[in-house]
Amino acid sequence: MSSKKDPDAPKKRGNGFSRRGFIRGVGISTGALGSGILETAALAAPAGNVAGPGAVPVTLKINGKPYNLNIEPRVTLIDALRNHLDFTGAKKVCDRATCGACTVIMDGKVVYSCTTLAIEAQGKDIQTIEGFSQNGKLHPVSAAFVNHDAQQCGYCTPGFVVAVKGFLDKHPNPTEQEVEAGLGGNLCRCGTYMGVRKAALEAAKEMRGGHNA
Amino acid sequence: MPEAPNYSWPPMDKRRVLGKATKRVDGPNKASGRAKYSSDFTQKDLLHGALLTSPHAHAKVTSIDTSEAEKLPGVTAVRVIASPGTELMWVGQEVASVAAETEETARDATRKIKVQYEVLPHMVREDDLKKAGVRAKAAGEQVKGDPDKAFQEADAVVEGHYGIPVITHCCLEPHGNVLEWKGDHVNLYPSTQNVSGIGGDLSQNLKVPASNVHTNMQYIGGGFGSKFAADLWGAEAARLSKASGGRPVKLFLERSTELLIAGNRPSAFANIKVAAKKDGTITAWQSESWATGGIGGGGSPPIPYVFDIPNQRKNHSAVSTNCGGARAWRAPNHQQACYLTSSALEDLAAKLNMDPAEFFDKNLGLTPRAEVYRAQIKKGAELIDWQKLWHPRGQGSGTVRRGLGLAISTWGGGGHNSQCRTNIHPDGTVEVELCSQDLGTGTRTVITMVAAETLGLPLGAITLKIGDSSLPPSGASGGSTTVGGVSSSTRKSTVNALAKLFDAVAPSLGGAADQLEAVDGRIQVKGDPSKSLTWKAACQKLGVNKISEMGENNQRNPGGLNSSGVGGVQMADVSVDTETGMVKINKAVAVQDVGLLINPKTAESQIHGGCIMGICAALMEERIMDQQTGRMLNPDMEFYKLAGIGDVGDIIVHLDITPEHDKRGVIGLGEPAAIALITAIGNATANAIGVRVPEIPLTPDRVLAALERRNA
Repeated sequence: MSSKKDPDAPKKRGNGFSRRGFIRGVGISTGALGSGILETAALAAPAGNVAGPGAVPVTLKINGKPYNLNIEPRVTLIDALRNHLDFTGAKKVCDRATCGACTVIMDGKVVYSCTTLAIEAQGKDIQTIEGFSQNGKLHPVSAAFVNHDAQQCGYCTPGFVVAVKGFLDKHPNPTEQEVEAGLGGNLCRCGTYMGVRKAALEAAKEMRGGHNA
Repeated sequence: MPEAPNYSWPPMDKRRVLGKATKRVDGPNKASGRAKYSSDFTQKDLLHGALLTSPHAHAKVTSIDTSEAEKLPGVTAVRVIASPGTELMWVGQEVASVAAETEETARDATRKIKVQYEVLPHMVREDDLKKAGVRAKAAGEQVKGDPDKAFQEADAVVEGHYGIPVITHCCLEPHGNVLEWKGDHVNLYPSTQNVSGIGGDLSQNLKVPASNVHTNMQYIGGGFGSKFAADLWGAEAARLSKASGGRPVKLFLERSTELLIAGNRPSAFANIKVAAKKDGTITAWQSESWATGGIGGGGSPPIPYVFDIPNQRKNHSAVSTNCGGARAWRAPNHQQACYLTSSALEDLAAKLNMDPAEFFDKNLGLTPRAEVYRAQIKKGAELIDWQKLWHPRGQGSGTVRRGLGLAISTWGGGGHNSQCRTNIHPDGTVEVELCSQDLGTGTRTVITMVAAETLGLPLGAITLKIGDSSLPPSGASGGSTTVGGVSSSTRKSTVNALAKLFDAVAPSLGGAADQLEAVDGRIQVKGDPSKSLTWKAACQKLGVNKISEMGENNQRNPGGLNSSGVGGVQMADVSVDTETGMVKINKAVAVQDVGLLINPKTAESQIHGGCIMGICAALMEERIMDQQTGRMLNPDMEFYKLAGIGDVGDIIVHLDITPEHDKRGVIGLGEPAAIALITAIGNATANAIGVRVPEIPLTPDRVLAALERRNA
């Protein structure tokens, strides 16, 4: 699992694996090295019950509803959402946990779904942008993005909206500097950051009930 | 004979919709994730396509064996693109393609294709012209005036080396499409800047009639000049579809391939000598420049840029490299030309110990629009607090040094050919239809605003249909020509449709059709609200027949509705940490001539975007090629750097709206906004640290190396 800006995330590689042993262990799937994904979850010792390599049943709880899938264990959460279901708000852009276009919220934490395996997301409460609007009314973060034109081509926008919501859930009354630090994990190519800054601050106010704390 | 209809824009003070900051009409769809891009296309029988690409910068395919890939369960088609004997000219060039039931299987299959290559010599770096050898092709020398004499008589001469690298478009939605080739019909769901034209391009490759290709695209995740053609992977997806029984195939490039082969901005390097008189009058220019745009060499940037220096000697070489090919990149050639020119001129100003704002101002007579730039420099200086913050080059102190810089730009624009149809139905509903595309520039919003203005209706009363090849054709979105084209065709079409409605309701209102007007949802006798009908009641007079009227913008005869040619000035305020070499943007200012402005809100966003792209290009972006392996070292978004939300400082936009500019009609501003800031940041950095960092991006290593040379 790849989690962004999470101070609780384990920093050191552990589990009694030496680096050399690890490299030998992943020697076949060289992709893991090239992509720089070296977090503890990827290093965990193989569990007793090995899943795959063929398709296995996977249940994902998305926006409060369970979805049953039959997918290979290597399928990432973004591919499960986009290719195997029809949650296409999150986008696959860098596929390397750099740009944040694939951002979803998992158990309250903002994560990159491109570097989260779908099987790891089982039993977790997954929120995607499709679950934000209620009764046809735009979520306050989405509405703020429209008000401040925090979008151009719009391809990074859903990821940004989710990242802003996840950030505001934990930092309901941020300063502009905190917004910049908190949203550093998302990239936009058209250059919509000026609008995003304003949108995040307005949404914060809106979500607090329109009052400054 | 009826008079020719008056299509001209309403006077500035009479506009109800145009010129008012308006939220983008597709904003809610985008901000809620509901907007469906072609890459979001899902359906039950969808197959996934993948490409196998060349790992070598130059190689000949000696054998290719697809049998293992074909045997893989879930694979529906495997195709060889580069058959034995094919010479591959860059890393990432297409070798074979696969379609399979899942994305994972498609990629597995590409890995099962066995290709043997005869590796050939390559060259992938062009920064040192001396090493280019036969790969450099010199264009003939160009001389104007008497440069030798002018340099001899000059009071100040500076010589310098400047370089601006290849950068990639890095569209967030990669290039690609979903394609269905069933029988003799093709359904194409592309990511394109050219919905009207891409089907024709594809049909030539497939040898099917263009009329049998149906194209639909509602949203595009970035193009910036790189998405006009159907491309090889478009035709390949079609052939995979046909080979898989006509099932739709989704083939979008992986990020690495996207950065390798889907287009880039050519580089430009130059050794420049430039001269002036003591009073700052520029007198002579000499340049030896070179560039690469891939195997075909590279375009020649128009230098000296904007300033038409009276005496010039220029030599340019195009360097052919084994790299993916260049494509138009938001303001093609202008960023390079601006960087080479305005950097050298800033160095000359520093040598003369002149304030560059004054130095530029003094030489505006060499530009085609001196008064426009003069006013813009004044406005920009005010917004960035130039008087207070500017200091002579290098005269700061402390570890972190602040500096200011500026550069000026120009762009053409104009309105592309565009046809629009407006339908007014007897129940009062209105449809505006044209096969344009909204790149995120706000095209949908602009068209809706023009229709609402003409018809006297709220925006919500207009149903807009774009992005489908069954609609009246509109040009490709390139060269900042879209807004001029679609606003003019929409204006004409809605004026024509409204004239028909006036004809239908004139008898009921007891006035001549030409004495009617559409205001606030009513049709009334001009200036007499007592003689009026609601829009709905007026439309009921149509009986059972709808009105359907066309309007056309002809690029060559825009009829005063749009025009081309703008000037802009951008300025930067930076802080440079002389210990770490980090350049930080404090503030950027963009002053832009925009002609008649339709939507200030989306216009400002676009200029913000142009500036942020400038910041990315000035500080971070660079395609890094390794001569040893022939490969790009950063074909990903981790090491191909883009600015984040905390990297861009404050950006102030001033839209240069005046009655004189307004009279020229609508002019696009996507490209003009993306030119000058790169150079302004380079100049501000030189101003801060007292020495030119010759090649951008201004990465810490380059800044520290420049400081070391200064201190040596």
